[in-house]
Amino acid sequence: MKARHKKLFLIIGGVAVLTVASLLILNAFRNNLVFYFTPTQILAGKAPIHSVFRVGGLVEKGSIKKSGGGLTVDFVVTDLHKAIRVHYHGILPDLFRAGQGVVCQGRLNARGQFIADQVLAKHDAKYMPPEVAQELKDHGGSTTQVDPAPQSYRP
Amino acid sequence: MYKYASPKNFYALAGRLIPWLGTITLLLFVFGLYLGLYVAPPDYQQGDSYRIMFIHVPAAWMSMFIYVMMAGAGLVGLVWNIKLADMLATASAPIGASLTLMALVTGSLWGKPTWGTYWVWDARLTSELLLFFLYMGFMALQAAIDDPRRSARAGAVLALVGVVDIPIIHFSVVWWNTLHQPASIGSLGRIVSPTIYPSMLHPLLIMSIAFFVFYFTVVLIRMRGEILARERHTGWVTQIVRSGMETQGKFP
Repeated sequence: MKARHKKLFLIIGGVAVLTVASLLILNAFRNNLVFYFTPTQILAGKAPIHSVFRVGGLVEKGSIKKSGGGLTVDFVVTDLHKAIRVHYHGILPDLFRAGQGVVCQGRLNARGQFIADQVLAKHDAKYMPPEVAQELKDHGGSTTQVDPAPQSYRP
Repeated sequence: MYKYASPKNFYALAGRLIPWLGTITLLLFVFGLYLGLYVAPPDYQQGDSYRIMFIHVPAAWMSMFIYVMMAGAGLVGLVWNIKLADMLATASAPIGASLTLMALVTGSLWGKPTWGTYWVWDARLTSELLLFFLYMGFMALQAAIDDPRRSARAGAVLALVGVVDIPIIHFSVVWWNTLHQPASIGSLGRIVSPTIYPSMLHPLLIMSIAFFVFYFTVVLIRMRGEILARERHTGWVTQIVRSGMETQGKFP
């Protein structure tokens, strides 16, 4: 083997080992790298419920109740398996609506209600003109969910 | 083919290519922006604000592509000692850094109206910010070493170590829950059926090609500069400089 090829294999091997090592490290920190927890994970006790954390999911249709001049809002976040009630006082992002993905930051209170101090909207990877979205709606299709028939929703 | 691996011939070849590539870049940008800003319809949820995608997405793609080019050129330079490869890596870094910054800034401006925040520390945004620091580190390291060969080798090692970040950026939205949405196109299952309506997809693709050709135009210009700087003691460079000064009347 020529010295040059040896060098090449050494470098490629080094980069490969480094990649595997970093992926293993990232995998070990998996729980700390997630941006939010789903209601199912939270109810299964996988979220750090004694400190501030984030819950992500869809805003359940028909669950939005506004009060206090529209600035205080109560809604339900669901991943289509489990759901969590959220209470928030503040300005909502423009994309916030029923059926939309959201990520709320805050903490759980004693009654299992999530008191959010920040609500972020999450948009799916779909882009289409309004007419097409209307057409899809008219024909029974859904525009707000990533899969036509999701088993569980990961916004 | 090997003829163009010598800096002198490459300098001449690049000089002939640059006007063509520059023209193609300009035409693609004009056409892509026309399609993106006038022809494409507004989005059903985001209205017009989604149009920043036509800059954001190609810039983000190129930020990763250029890094891979830089690391690949670094590898070739390390193993085969090809000067042009070293120059390609050095010339690519500022372009990659600028496009990474562009992706971060446009993403931030897009995040405010859609998500409700300029910045979050989710896996996608953080790994892209890390890429920006990798570019900056590469440039700082190369600038700190005067000897061109040692500078190229040190830069190549840093670029190769940092290449680990590229798959992390790409798969971050798949592996972890992030605020950033998953890819609309580009991931395996979505190549066949992207989740972007065709009239919105076409400007995105044209803008991506525009950014791609733009990179090659600018990198060739920068490589010509690198060649002149590194070969400044050779006869042919002296001759170019002399004739350039003659046309400007500075050198009698």
